[in-house]
Amino acid sequence: MKRIVILGGGTGGTLTANRLRRSYDEQAAEIVVVDPDADHVYQPGLLFVPFGLTSMQRIVRPRRQQFRSGISYRQAGVDRVDIEADRVYLDDGTALGYDALVVATGARLLPEETGGLTGPGWLKSVFTFYTPEGAVALHRALERFTAGRLVVNVVDMPVKCPVAPLEFCFLADYYFRQRGIRDRVELTYVTPLDGAFTKPVCNRELSGLLADKGIELVTEFNTGTVEAATAGAGASGAPGGRLISYDERVVPFDLAVVIPLHGGAAYVERSPGLGDELGFIPVDPSTLQAKARPNVFALGDATDVPTSKAGSVAHFEGDVLAGNVRRFLAGQELLAGFDGHTNCFIETGFGKALLIDFNYDTEPLAGHYPARLGLPLLRQSRLNHLGKLAFQQFYWHSLLPGRDVPGISSTMPARGKTHPRAQAAAGVGGHR
Amino acid sequence: MPAATYAGHSVDVNDEGFLTDPGQWTEDMAPQIAKSAGIEELTARHWQVIRFMRAEHQAKGTGPTVRVLGKTSGVSIKELYQLFPKGPAKTAAKIAGIPKPRGCI
Repeated sequence: MKRIVILGGGTGGTLTANRLRRSYDEQAAEIVVVDPDADHVYQPGLLFVPFGLTSMQRIVRPRRQQFRSGISYRQAGVDRVDIEADRVYLDDGTALGYDALVVATGARLLPEETGGLTGPGWLKSVFTFYTPEGAVALHRALERFTAGRLVVNVVDMPVKCPVAPLEFCFLADYYFRQRGIRDRVELTYVTPLDGAFTKPVCNRELSGLLADKGIELVTEFNTGTVEAATAGAGASGAPGGRLISYDERVVPFDLAVVIPLHGGAAYVERSPGLGDELGFIPVDPSTLQAKARPNVFALGDATDVPTSKAGSVAHFEGDVLAGNVRRFLAGQELLAGFDGHTNCFIETGFGKALLIDFNYDTEPLAGHYPARLGLPLLRQSRLNHLGKLAFQQFYWHSLLPGRDVPGISSTMPARGKTHPRAQAAAGVGGHR
Repeated sequence: MPAATYAGHSVDVNDEGFLTDPGQWTEDMAPQIAKSAGIEELTARHWQVIRFMRAEHQAKGTGPTVRVLGKTSGVSIKELYQLFPKGPAKTAAKIAGIPKPRGCI
């Protein structure tokens, strides 16, 4: 009897546990999931909480209920992993040996690593929507906000769902327009990147949207310190807060929405050899096997793979990872099956959304997904907005249970996309 | 492909001036690259960062970001900005003859 221990019962951990449970008889493998938190949050929903478009009750479900029967769930934190001894130490003092370990503990927010961020203004005039408490507090602050400067700042990459801060800007524009006070609110997006997004075709589209909506873009801004507003957010005439960069540029604000630094789970730092300097797990980008040990695997936000930290990535990785855990335990060669496939709906306000789809090698392009007769890519549409809303049901009932969906493969579909380079290459009669 | 001449040797660079082959770089090129990036004199602290960038690139295939530099190079982010005001990771990578740090997506 093999024992597979999965650390983290979020998107990646849950769908991996369910896939593995289906593929092994209960006599052949024991599957244990460890997670200290009894609630499973549908994280894409956090974006909508500040605008009153959803509530925490509607995006949280009991974690235990997401697991198939035959999966044992330990509600405990992890103290450390001893990769030499193939053993996990839980914070209640018990040790758990494993034949294969899956690290799925995601990314952790580190607001205390930025000077002043968790000072007196935290959750008063400086917020984040990346936590349930932050999203709820920000909802109250936005309701009170009647005029002034609202700044959205990503401190540094990597962050979970790198399009969410842009979506927040688009939704804020829509929100203030609906309230009839958009002309009294200045919106600014402050990023450490040299554009709105890293990938060229998508960057052009998203920068254009910011400009169309009158949202100012400040680039290459590495936030060193956050000085909070001294009075309540949006109080006109009161001295405001300031973001100050390491190269001493200043962006003033009345209300700041900050996406703090991210790192891996805290126990990774206490587990010699497991993680990198930020606490993420170095893995082979196509097999998802950890570089530290052949019997350790990782997926989702916890890894160092060069693609977005997003639920869709955990979803597409899950298929490859569950297969590779099985292959490893059977002494077979691993499948280099993950291509970096990512897709994201980008909510743009006014009941519309964009969809982007890409992988390690192909940047987000125009076209349709998953094939020619599908959702429009890189273009605002009502259909994509409805897709984004419908996705929550798909998440609970299909993605977490780890079911294969007809027509949706874990590798990126090339059909339906407009390839600028392929077209250019075809024009000169050759291929790259 | 564009080329530049440092310390009397021609090297291949990209549009932004980063060496495309770190193997073409020698330490005596660094002061001249630094000058073209607006840094008049390389101190021992600059060199600590430059050598760290080279070693990281050698070990991992990509240069570290500012945040990782601040955690691991022994030079704080604040001082990194004093040494390389126009962006420590980018400027130090250029002077160290390695590609622009990939950063994150």
